Amino acid sequence: MAEAVESPGDPETTTSRPLMRDLKAVGKKFMHVLYPRKSNTLLRDWDLWGPLILCVTLALMLQRGSVDSEKDGGPQFAEVFVIVWFGAVTITLNSKLLGGNISFFQSLCVLGYCILPLTMAMLVCRLVLLAEPGPINFMVRLFVVIIMFAWSIVASTAFLADSQPPNRKALAVYPVFLFYFVISWMILTFTPQ
Amino acid sequence: MATPVAPAGGARNGAGPEWGGFEENIQGGGSAVIDMENMDDTSGSSFEDMGELHQRLREEEVDADAAAAEEEDGEFLGMKGFKGQLSRQVADQMWQAGKRQASRAFSLYANIDILRPYFDVEPAQVRSRLLESMIPIKMVNFPQKIAGELYGPLMLVFTLVAILLHGMKTSDTIIREGTLMGTAIGTCFGYWLGVSSFIYFLAYLCNAQITMLQMLALLGYGLFGHCIVLFITYNIHLHALFYLFWLLVGGLSTLRMVAVLVSRTVGPTQRLLLCGTLATLHMLFLLYLHFAYHKVVEGILDTLEGPNIPPIQRVPRDIPAALPAARLPTTVLNATARAVAVTLQSH
Repeated sequence: MAEAVESPGDPETTTSRPLMRDLKAVGKKFMHVLYPRKSNTLLRDWDLWGPLILCVTLALMLQRGSVDSEKDGGPQFAEVFVIVWFGAVTITLNSKLLGGNISFFQSLCVLGYCILPLTMAMLVCRLVLLAEPGPINFMVRLFVVIIMFAWSIVASTAFLADSQPPNRKALAVYPVFLFYFVISWMILTFTPQ
Repeated sequence: MATPVAPAGGARNGAGPEWGGFEENIQGGGSAVIDMENMDDTSGSSFEDMGELHQRLREEEVDADAAAAEEEDGEFLGMKGFKGQLSRQVADQMWQAGKRQASRAFSLYANIDILRPYFDVEPAQVRSRLLESMIPIKMVNFPQKIAGELYGPLMLVFTLVAILLHGMKTSDTIIREGTLMGTAIGTCFGYWLGVSSFIYFLAYLCNAQITMLQMLALLGYGLFGHCIVLFITYNIHLHALFYLFWLLVGGLSTLRMVAVLVSRTVGPTQRLLLCGTLATLHMLFLLYLHFAYHKVVEGILDTLEGPNIPPIQRVPRDIPAALPAARLPTTVLNATARAVAVTLQSH
């Protein structure tokens, strides 16, 4: 009888404690991305929850309402997903082929978490777009996106650079630059209808 | 990966060595259980363990003989033999499937290692190869060296994709994004892989000394010129400038590729065929990239030149219907696109 009383709504059940623990781990990694220092936290305890949350948030925000047809919402969500995940996989394969000693999922974890600045830029852009459109609007958004793009690259370089042989860091960082450039461009040219 | 264990009872006549290994594993598992029980009884005496071991081996021999006899009986008898064969076949298939999966996983890992030597480059090497791809070399008497690496070409293809996206976005912000990314990636990778394969095939017909990897690397580095031209002309929209760059930069990188191919081909007809095809395709690709994606910007800018900016219908140009990337919706421009165009105009 005592067990029947304890099970469903009890805060001490086996679902809420690991959930809080995982959320705290994700939050800690977000802090590491926002203040990038050379540390091993992202690499040591990698997880893909953070990248998933960020990817879904970004994909949801990049959807616009149906402009030409109902199909407009669909491809954008899937497109962002595909770009983020296949881009990350390609960069990981590239860095492994260049001789890096980072594991597949560690690299995915770092690249996914470093999308956080760009997601924040997307939030800011959406707020700015609520104001009246014009060249100033565009310049503000351009400025914010450029800053966040640079922040993403610095953050991911801080984590990934140590895993590469010292003379090949530039070769591994260049595709990361292209990856975040594509995402930044999608954010910058987003127009809600 | 486990290899089949040799049966302890000597050679078995029967279905094959794998059967012995499979059943041997089961018996080995069974004997471990017996071993633990015995250790409790004999309190760790090794002499008695050895005795137990010998007895177990003799038992296994007896079992093996009995199983062999049963199997022979089964082959002779109809019904009983069939059931035994079925169960053995199922077990065989499971074993084979497991082995196949393990070897497939192993070969997948090994495939990455196959590509590893092609990515063994230094940044200085990549830089020098990028610059050399714009410098045609005159000596065509003996084969020129082509670096067989894939990092540079792959990065150049991705850069071209990014530049195309940049160009497509400035031209039209209303085209659905699903077609933008797919078109860009499909175009660039399709060109790189497709034209490389085609020229490699022609080279095979013309007896040119070039491998597929070298062709991929050569054409990949040839895209460097395209990247430069498109990057500049997507930001500065002047037709005359584009034609100048097309001839100069595009021409230089084409000449370089042509010189390399000529140095590796014998015979005037073959040289003409191979190099003519490559030059035509390369130059026409740059032309296509510029005009297919650029027409729409021109339309916007032409109609925006007046001081009063009316709500705009985009000016359709005569683009052939066959080009899928040049679909022009006739919807009204929104203010943001106008702002983008105004910003571009004020450069």
